[in-house]
Amino acid sequence: MSVGKNTAHDAGPLHVTGAARYTDDIPTPRGTLHLAFGLSSIANGRIISVDLTDVRRAEGVVDVLTASDLPHDNDVSPSNHDEPLLAVEHVHYLGQPIFLVVATSHLAARKAARLAKIDYDAQEPTLTIDEALAANARFEEGPRIYTKGDAETHLDKAANRLQGSFEIGGQEHFYLEGHAALAVPQEGGDMVVHASSQHPTEIQHKVAEALGRPMNAVRVEVRRMGGGFGGKESQGNALCVACAVVADKHGHPVKMRYDRDDDMIITGKRHEFRIEYDVGFNARGRIDAIDFTQYARCGWAQDLSLPVADRAMLHADNAYNLDHARITSHRLKTNTQSNTAFRGFGGPQGVVGIERVMDHIAHHLRLDPLQVRRENFYASGGNISAKMKPQTTPYGMEVTDSIIREMVDALEISSDYQARRKSVAEWNDKNPVLKRGIAITPVKFGISFTLTHLNQAGALVHVYQDGSIHLNHGGTEMGQGLFTKVAQVAAHSFSVPLDLVKITATDTGKVPNTSATAASSGSDLNGMAVLNACETIKSRMAAFLSDGEVVFKNGLVRFNGHELSFADAAAKAYQNRISLSATGFYATPDVQWDRIKGHGRPFFYFAYGAAVTEVVIDTLTGENRILRADILHDCGRSLNPALDIGQIEGGYVQGAGWLTTEELVWDAEGNLKTHAPSTYKIPAASDRPDIFNVALWDGENRAETVFKSKAVGEPPLMLGISAWSALSDAISACGEAYPDLDAPATAERVLMACQKLRV
Amino acid sequence: MLTFLLNGETVEAEVGPTETLLDFLRDRRGMSGTKEGCNEGDCGACSVMVTGEDGVIRAMNACILFMPQLSGRAVRTVEGIAGPDGDLHPVQRAMVEHHGSQCGFCTPGFITTMAAAHANGATDHEDQLAGNLCRCTGYAPIIRAAEAASREDVPDWIADSPVQAEAPYPMPESSDALATWYEANPDATLIGGATDVGLWVTKRLQDLGKVAFTGRCAELQQIESTEQGLRIGAACTITQVLEAVKPLYPSFAELLRRYGSTQVRNAATLGGNIANGSPIGDGPPALIALGATLHLRKGDTRREMPIEAFFLEYGKQDRQKGEFVEFVTIPKQRNTVKCYKLSKRFDQDISSVCGCFNIVIAGGSVAKARIAFGGMAGTPKRAAHVEDALIGKAWSEENMEAALAGFAKDFTPMSDMRASADYRMHAAQNMLRRVYVESLGIPASVLEVRP
Repeated sequence: MSVGKNTAHDAGPLHVTGAARYTDDIPTPRGTLHLAFGLSSIANGRIISVDLTDVRRAEGVVDVLTASDLPHDNDVSPSNHDEPLLAVEHVHYLGQPIFLVVATSHLAARKAARLAKIDYDAQEPTLTIDEALAANARFEEGPRIYTKGDAETHLDKAANRLQGSFEIGGQEHFYLEGHAALAVPQEGGDMVVHASSQHPTEIQHKVAEALGRPMNAVRVEVRRMGGGFGGKESQGNALCVACAVVADKHGHPVKMRYDRDDDMIITGKRHEFRIEYDVGFNARGRIDAIDFTQYARCGWAQDLSLPVADRAMLHADNAYNLDHARITSHRLKTNTQSNTAFRGFGGPQGVVGIERVMDHIAHHLRLDPLQVRRENFYASGGNISAKMKPQTTPYGMEVTDSIIREMVDALEISSDYQARRKSVAEWNDKNPVLKRGIAITPVKFGISFTLTHLNQAGALVHVYQDGSIHLNHGGTEMGQGLFTKVAQVAAHSFSVPLDLVKITATDTGKVPNTSATAASSGSDLNGMAVLNACETIKSRMAAFLSDGEVVFKNGLVRFNGHELSFADAAAKAYQNRISLSATGFYATPDVQWDRIKGHGRPFFYFAYGAAVTEVVIDTLTGENRILRADILHDCGRSLNPALDIGQIEGGYVQGAGWLTTEELVWDAEGNLKTHAPSTYKIPAASDRPDIFNVALWDGENRAETVFKSKAVGEPPLMLGISAWSALSDAISACGEAYPDLDAPATAERVLMACQKLRV
Repeated sequence: MLTFLLNGETVEAEVGPTETLLDFLRDRRGMSGTKEGCNEGDCGACSVMVTGEDGVIRAMNACILFMPQLSGRAVRTVEGIAGPDGDLHPVQRAMVEHHGSQCGFCTPGFITTMAAAHANGATDHEDQLAGNLCRCTGYAPIIRAAEAASREDVPDWIADSPVQAEAPYPMPESSDALATWYEANPDATLIGGATDVGLWVTKRLQDLGKVAFTGRCAELQQIESTEQGLRIGAACTITQVLEAVKPLYPSFAELLRRYGSTQVRNAATLGGNIANGSPIGDGPPALIALGATLHLRKGDTRREMPIEAFFLEYGKQDRQKGEFVEFVTIPKQRNTVKCYKLSKRFDQDISSVCGCFNIVIAGGSVAKARIAFGGMAGTPKRAAHVEDALIGKAWSEENMEAALAGFAKDFTPMSDMRASADYRMHAAQNMLRRVYVESLGIPASVLEVRP
């Protein structure tokens, strides 16, 4: 009864009254100390000397720490132990923390952090993809290559062949709440950390290492984040470790939050990519063979770059069946921020790659790009008979659940795509300056962590003797509505009203060894773990109440002709010494693959979607905007359609922003010039489509997920690719040549593309 | 001692001259509902409602609002939007019902901005909320909530009245008083709306030393419409200027609609926009194109100059110590001015190129041309060669195209994070082409296209 309802976000009333508490809002005891990092002012070089005299003398400064002052591990890397909290001897990017100021206020710490005198032996920084290739600066020994069939031979044999290369810019997360942490020292050397983190267990792990204590000495709590988008999967480690180390040393609570500019200068972003392609295809646009080379700019430390780059390879096919494919991935090391997780985790870059190829083929053949896409879509899951072998991805996974054909057919009609495509062409004939464009792009996104062991979750559920329920699980709330959805699952399981379920902060002391809330997996994993815990409690209650059937329905428990309220049943169980507390656990079944070979089943299932976007551009200035977007998205049997639509609308706008106005610019010294909202432009209210139609596909997950729902966090971001594709379509009204548009398609890039076509 | 109203209650506090309202609320009052998102007035997470001496409710950014600016005013934060009995305000209710919050961090700022717009009966929601960034929702449910709330009455608990208060820091109340004070304190900083000066404090971490605030200088907050034209006091906000020029020069008003955001326009002053000498401020190019005159005052000495003469070079203006911008006058004229603003994002962005064209056609020929640009040089600057190439010639495509060569003589733009030099040059030239095609009635603004 709770599942499938449009329940509002549990914290909505707290959000709108300002009562929702974020890390920086937690009241702190007197004597709380505040931190700020002193940052490197060059991108690459040896530190010759660090003079902190003026920093120490500054008003309000209590202590200043450098690497040599750290008691144990100096590492905040989530992967490769290559990311010191404070630089040792060498700095690797402009903005790298070198020292840590401890002061009586946030402002005093920030002011003092600017007073250091640091001498460097500066070296030439490696900043760009080309520079990294020239220096052979990379992670892993060489490029990763996945292959299916024989791309080389079939490229040679193909009737038509095209090559291309284009750039895809990175993206700043711009969570509205910057990173923040608060460490409160406990007796006996224990530490409690409040973090704005998607990964409390990782924080616990890194803090324990830094303090030289076991993980059981550290408890991490996360009630909510003010947005995460992947940017708080690993990037909060530094603040939490810094706070804990200082709290341990000084015996005071310690708080740290990044000023927005520091946040943008210090932390990693979405990976910038260059993608090269060589594609062979027939006269209808059906791809015979394709060879992709993906270059990922990873930044200075490994962080999560390997799985990000893997996922880009795993999404190089998007929704298209490729018989012969080779995908090569270079993971390049540069003297820039260490790029990290960002909604889609490399997948979006892979998808942009093949959507670009579809547009290029269609342009070459003068066909409707939708027709070319259809030529290549995976066969529908429902049409894969026992006799017909399912089609496989380039990494050898069978695609048995495709609904992309049906979804695109439906969207083509509901969006009136064909008629609008015609009217766009007519409009363009009449308008010499302004041009419209329209495009439809699909999404197929693999759901599961590609690091297979992360596909597990735990839960802790208590039923109190008054029938109220305390719910806890390993997932974190960053706005996506996970807590609401999981509470719906619990209420549904017990068949009680939702308000009986108390949602509580994520806490490593309640549920241990959790995975990051990432990879869109939050409700799939934690929903199942909670369901498992609830079913355990129910079965204990049922076994005690009756030997026969016991039904939990509408707040009542029925058995042997009796009927008790849920509260009475709980009280009765308690009085009869039945445990009303249970842990729950879930591990995703059936996933297994070899990431080096690029073969196997990395994903439990795929989520699908499609979007049609219409844009208008000004061919004199390149200014452009989205006029209309129509979206059909697959959430399986949605746990909460209202929250899912919220993810879709938000994901689309974020994806469109990535590919249009959001431009990261570094200067020749490696200085990030777009480090504040004054210079880095995420979409504003007027940038959303004038007409914005979002519908959910009516279907259920074929995989055994929680109530047959599907993950929704990341896939909708890629719906925004249709905006970029539509811009390319509009530009192509300027001339015969292919627009060859890079991303982000800022007004400047759009104008330059128009001018190239008009020459 | 500063006296002001905070959520309906009188607050008296000793405050620093550049202490921000955001820090005061969060650090000194423990009121954590108002959020810090960027600390530079760009994201709106810190938005609050401020009722001025005129009784008008305005949204403003608390992160760059200095406490003395609030003297005698009434502030309402997100904690003060619901009714005394806890009844949610219509915008709060609508935001919950329409799923307008996800992570919720931007929500307090949206609520206060929406409540201010609601109180004023404003329904241009996109403009009202252009200064509030949300990274989760894609704005659709927020706009739906704003539309739904606009159909409901304004709750009576929202109205505040300003209070009588002594100025906690120098706040001259007349031009004479300001002139006397500033001449005596020529090294001091004058603070209008603090939308620029605020960042010197929150980002550059500067100690400004001696300051005075222009917020009570009623004389400089007047706009007079006379036979000669408009006379705009330097301390007028951009919101005031926008209203005044809307009926006269709609294209200038459209430019100002995209100046900062509602919150920024409610604080920023025209005098500040000119006196800070920025090469990318949006006011000066339009004023230059309109032939405006700048009126400066130092003590009892007044002088005036064509506004373009004020900008000497990057970072240097023709202003002496102790001298301030008192008025700007715009001569009465037919509306022929066209203002174009190019930026990465339409709303709440700084221009990469701002071009303003005042081309008067008489009998098919160009009788007069005043063309000025921001973002093309170290100062706002006239396109003198382009003007010369047009004046006296027939207004034709051929002559317009010929005039384009003048741009290279007038400007050597630079490349930065907003745009490349090449793009700036091309776009500036194409703006003249846009003037031409628009004069033929050909649509050339993507903002005017509807689906």
